[in-house]
Amino acid sequence: MNRVFKEKVFSEKAFIAFLTAGDPTPQATVEFVLEMERAGADLIEIGIPFSDPMAEGPVIQEADLRALSGGMTTDKVFSIVEEIRRVSRIPLVFMTYLNPVFYYGYEPFFARCKELDVSGIIIPDAPYEEHFEISDVAEKYDVDVISMLAPTSENRIKMIAEKAQGFIYLVSSMGVTGVRGEITTDLRSIVAAVREVTDTPVAVGFGISTPQQAQDMASLSDGAIVGSAIVKLIAQYGQQAAPYVYEYVKGMKDAVRKA
Amino acid sequence: MGADRYGIHGGRYVPETLMNEIIHLEECYEFYKKDPEFNRELSELLCKYAGRPSILYYAEKMTRDLGGAKVYLKREDLNHTGSHKINNVLGQVLMAKKMGKTRVIAETGAGQHGVATATAAALLDMECEIFMGKEDTDRQALNVYRMELLGAKVHAVTSGTMTLKDAVNETMKEWTNRVEDTHYVIGSVMGPHPFPMMVRDFQSIISKEAREQILEYEGKLPAAVIACVGGGSNAMGAFYNFIPDESVRLIGCEAAGRGVDTDKNAATIANGSLGVFHGMKSYFCQNEYGQIAPVYSISAGLDYPGIGPEHAHLHDIGRAQYVPVTDDEAVDAFEYLAKTEGIICAIESAHAVAHARKIVGSMDKNDSVIICLSGRGDKDVAAIARYRGVKIYE
Repeated sequence: MNRVFKEKVFSEKAFIAFLTAGDPTPQATVEFVLEMERAGADLIEIGIPFSDPMAEGPVIQEADLRALSGGMTTDKVFSIVEEIRRVSRIPLVFMTYLNPVFYYGYEPFFARCKELDVSGIIIPDAPYEEHFEISDVAEKYDVDVISMLAPTSENRIKMIAEKAQGFIYLVSSMGVTGVRGEITTDLRSIVAAVREVTDTPVAVGFGISTPQQAQDMASLSDGAIVGSAIVKLIAQYGQQAAPYVYEYVKGMKDAVRKA
Repeated sequence: MGADRYGIHGGRYVPETLMNEIIHLEECYEFYKKDPEFNRELSELLCKYAGRPSILYYAEKMTRDLGGAKVYLKREDLNHTGSHKINNVLGQVLMAKKMGKTRVIAETGAGQHGVATATAAALLDMECEIFMGKEDTDRQALNVYRMELLGAKVHAVTSGTMTLKDAVNETMKEWTNRVEDTHYVIGSVMGPHPFPMMVRDFQSIISKEAREQILEYEGKLPAAVIACVGGGSNAMGAFYNFIPDESVRLIGCEAAGRGVDTDKNAATIANGSLGVFHGMKSYFCQNEYGQIAPVYSISAGLDYPGIGPEHAHLHDIGRAQYVPVTDDEAVDAFEYLAKTEGIICAIESAHAVAHARKIVGSMDKNDSVIICLSGRGDKDVAAIARYRGVKIYE
C-alpha cells in the first residue's frame, strides 16, 4: 500500500486532475502538470494514450488519438514524467488500458513507475476479477492498483472495497467519461457501503466539470476527479492552454476546499 | 482453468460498470441452455423461421475439377438473412427477451450481423440499434437501408478507423450507458466471457448438423473442415463438434488482404501477438507499444484486428491451423465458385473456398472436406465489380 495517498493526497479534501500525455506535445504536458500543481491539484492522473479507449467519451478519446498521431509512446510518457520529476514531487498515477501495460511488460513497466515515483495505476478494463494480472508485480514496486466502483456495482462493493489500495475511484454515472449536466446516482449510499469495510479514501469521477459539482462530490466523499473538462481546455487552447488550465484547477480546488 | 478461459486466453476485461451485467448474463445463459422450454422455442425458430437444418451440398463439379478429396459445402448462405449470423442472433435475442430486456444493440462490419440482429429484433418485438463504422456504411449502403427497413436505427461510427473494431468500441460504450433494459448481441466468438462460449454454443449447430450429414453421406468423418476467420464465429461453429475427432483437420482462413508481408492485412494469427482488447485476452494485430493496428481486408466481415480466444487456444495447442488468404485469391475463388457451382458466396466465405482450392487436389479421393459457406454474396457483387474495374449503374 503506497502511503502517499493517505498521508499526502487525501490529507484534506482532494482535487484530482487528469490529462493525456503528449496532448498536444510532451513539453506542454510537463508545463500543464506543473501549472496544475501550482494551482493546488493534489494528485495528477497522467493518461497513457490508447488507440481504443473503451471507457472514454469523445473528448478524451480524441486527445488520445491526437497524442498518438503526434508520436506519443509509452517510453515517451516515461520521459515526460522524468522531466516532471526534475522539478516536482507532486503525487502521480497513470491512467490507461491494460494492453499498453501488458505489451510493455508488467515487470519493466512497474519498475519504471517506481523509479519515477508514480504511486498508482488506474486501468478501466481491468476489473477486480482481472487484477491478478498485475497485482503481484505492481505491489513489488509499491504501485497501487486503484479499484473502481460503478453505479451498478451493488453486491460487489464490499468485495472490491475490502481489497482496495490507494484510493477508490467511484464512477459517478453510467456510460463513459465526459461532462454531464447532473449526476443522479445515489453516491452517498455507495460511499456508506464502502465506509463499512474500509477507511481507504474514495474520490468521485466521471461527468464533473463545474466548481459546484466538485464541491458536492467532495462533500460526500474524499475528493473529486476531473478529466474531460481539463482536456477540453487543452484541446481549445493547445500549447497556450497553461493559464486557462491554472485558473480552472484553482477554481476547482477552491470549491473542493469548501466541501 | 476457469470457465472463462481457453488456456491463457479469454477472461472478462471490461469496465466495472458492466461486470454485474455480464455475470448476470452468464447465470442466465447457464440456466436457459438447460431449460427445455427455451431450447424448444429456439429450435422452432431455427427450423421454422431460419430454415435449418442447412444442407450439406456435394460440390461434384468442383470435386472433379480439383481432382482430389470430395468437396462438400455447408450451406449457411441459405439461412434466412443469408448467413450463419442468424444462428447466434436468434439464441441471444430470445434469451434477452426472457431476461426482460426490451432493447438490443449490436456492432456490424459488412452488415450481416446487423441485418440478422435487426431481423430477430423485429420478429421478437425488441427495440434495435446497430453501430457500424462510417467506412462500412459507405461500402455497404444497401445493408444499412435493409436494417432500417427492419425497424432498426443505424449509427455510423466516425471514431478511430471507422470500421468494425470502432463499431465494437461504440456498442460497448453504449452498453455501459444503458445496461438495465439493453442486451448487447455480440456477433462473434469474441468479447468478455460469457460471449465467446455462448456464441460458440449457438453456432455449434453448424458442426452438429454437418457431422451427422457427412457420416450419412460418406460413412466416415471428413479429412478436413475449412472456414474463414475474422472474429471466428462461423469457424468456431463449424469446428466445434469435430474437435474431439482428432483425424479431422480444422483449418481457419484469415484475411491476408494485399499480403501478410504488407501493412494491408487482417491476419491475426500470422501477424498478431498476445494482448488484451475488447474484453478478452487473445491475439491481436498491434504495434510495438500495444496500440491496436489498423487492419485491412476486401471483406468487411474479416476486417478485424483480433480473433476469438478459443481459436487462439486451438492455435496454441495445434488443434486447428490458421492460414492466410489474400484479397486476390478470395476474389478468384468467389468467381470460381459462381462459375463452377452456380453459387455466389460471401467474399468472407470465398477465403475458405480459396484455401480449399490449394489443398484439395493433393488429398486422397476417398476422403472428403467440408467448406463452411458462411454467407451469400449478394452484398459483395458491387465491390467485386469495382475490384475488377467494372462499372455498374444501378
